[in-house]
Amino acid sequence: MARAQTVSIDELKSIAKRIRRHIVEMTANANSGHPGGSLSSVEIATALYFRVMRHDPQNPLWPDRDRFIVSKGHATPMVYSTMAEAGYFPVEDLMTFRKLGGKLQGHTVMQKPPGVEMSAGALGMGLSFSLGHALAGRLDGRDYHVFCLLSDGDCQEGQTWEAAMASAHHRAENLIAMVDRNHIQNDGFSDYQRFPAGNGSRPQRPGGWVLKDGHTANIMNLEPLEDKWKAFGWSTQHIDGHDLEAIIDALEQAKAHTGGPSVVICETIKGKGVSFMENNPDFHGKAPSPEQLKQALKELAD
Amino acid sequence: MAQTARTEATRTALGPTLARLCREGLDIVCVDADLGYSTSAVKFGQEFPERFFPVGVAEQNMVGVSAGLAACGKIAFCSSFAVFAPGHCFDQLRMAVGQPRTNVKLVASHGGVVTGEDGASAEALEDLALMLSIPTFSVVFPADVVEADQAIEAAARTEGPFYIRTLRPKTPVIYDDSGYRFELGRWDRLRKGSDVTLIACGELVTSALDAAEMLAGEGVQARVLNASSLRPIDRETLLAAARETGAIVTAEDHFVHGGLGGIVAETLAEERPVPMAFVGMRDRYGTSGTWDELLEYFSLTPPAIADTARGVLARK
Repeated sequence: MARAQTVSIDELKSIAKRIRRHIVEMTANANSGHPGGSLSSVEIATALYFRVMRHDPQNPLWPDRDRFIVSKGHATPMVYSTMAEAGYFPVEDLMTFRKLGGKLQGHTVMQKPPGVEMSAGALGMGLSFSLGHALAGRLDGRDYHVFCLLSDGDCQEGQTWEAAMASAHHRAENLIAMVDRNHIQNDGFSDYQRFPAGNGSRPQRPGGWVLKDGHTANIMNLEPLEDKWKAFGWSTQHIDGHDLEAIIDALEQAKAHTGGPSVVICETIKGKGVSFMENNPDFHGKAPSPEQLKQALKELAD
Repeated sequence: MAQTARTEATRTALGPTLARLCREGLDIVCVDADLGYSTSAVKFGQEFPERFFPVGVAEQNMVGVSAGLAACGKIAFCSSFAVFAPGHCFDQLRMAVGQPRTNVKLVASHGGVVTGEDGASAEALEDLALMLSIPTFSVVFPADVVEADQAIEAAARTEGPFYIRTLRPKTPVIYDDSGYRFELGRWDRLRKGSDVTLIACGELVTSALDAAEMLAGEGVQARVLNASSLRPIDRETLLAAARETGAIVTAEDHFVHGGLGGIVAETLAEERPVPMAFVGMRDRYGTSGTWDELLEYFSLTPPAIADTARGVLARK
């Protein structure tokens, strides 16, 4: 048992801000990477590593640890920054991100560095892997929880729904999925939902369509997402994914849930915290320029 | 080598062997995609239900769940037909197993045209090529049910990714009472000979032995190797065969590209080029028929192997 569970919300907010600064700095330094979907999931990761999860940075393979399994393997800036802040490795290592000879590859590699649970980068694989951890825990009589972070894109991969079906079938009550629902993916908006039609920085893609309420389903409409999870046999919650208290509450509720798996759909803003990155599909997989970095750090100052 | 009359399907080894190993204390689990009766995996599940995880017809999830179990220290077996796994789940085998070297063992049955009546869609002819393309996988194609049992045990006792191909029909048992022990990376020499070497895997090992018998009638002494271990290969035995016999024929129930023929040719091209020829499937898919009819139809027979050997001898 390694984590003090008493970090205050104010402290968590300041940790989240530091993580955001790392994210923009390390992607700028690498001149590549995925800042948008990293910034959208900062509060989720902060809540997990500094409040909710039982883990030990000094003993990353501790068999009884709670697992944070990141299916959206491109969100390495968020993963590595949070782990560095939590004490898994020195913060200076973040500047080796995506560099030859560095310890931090562009997409996650299992146990490199120790504590990274899964090799990912092809979407859709994380929930299956998480279910394997959950079943092993039950078989071994261990009481850990498995937290799996999914993206919008993950929810478009068929394998995620294979795993969703199997998780409910096996009544994996120690499995908790979180969807970082930022509505943006590689080529643009998945579905606008919260965005009026035409609010994107890119023209609407061929193949999209306008919903009855005037919103636009663009690359692939995921709604009604919560109903989909329910139909697959999951207990669901739907929260503001930047509200630390709401995240902690939801995850604690999910941990207490018995009889089957739980999902928390976290409504988030891609690029959260940096004005010109927010809701901007361009920063899914593009680093800030040196000038943009300066601006971002100004906005993220304490 | 005493060839017996007994026949048995190599796929029947999986469940009983896993159950035996689990009884012996190995921490085995098995993930199944709705073909457990056909692959015999369900026999393990019947004895160890808490260690048997059905996922339905979902091979990608099967491999992903296996990788998660393996990451928690389990020896994770999974099984299906070879057209479905690796057929449906190559990327999962690459990302969740091959790259991180998780301790996952895929045992896929229904390899090759000998799958028979189900026809082209059910006959895996690319699975060995797919699995050989992931460098961290050990790849084994046992010649009979005795070797299949031993190969599964070797996979369970050896850390790291494994692919084992088994077969649907009852094929001749060649290792009954032979004292044979499968070793990863070792090719068994089933027959001595110095004129040409016949290298075969799976059910065509028996055919290669029969071909050698036919050639012996013509005064040609053919060496026969069982290349069950496709990765790692037995480099030493292969190079010795090239050096000592100077002519090589491979035989496999698989496309010759990327399978046994491919790896033998790659190795000899670099180290000791000799005249070679390949018996196997080329440029077309299988069809429906009984398994022995199909071997005949696609020229995967002892006479075809012998004929190919005569051709390669003429180029020596």
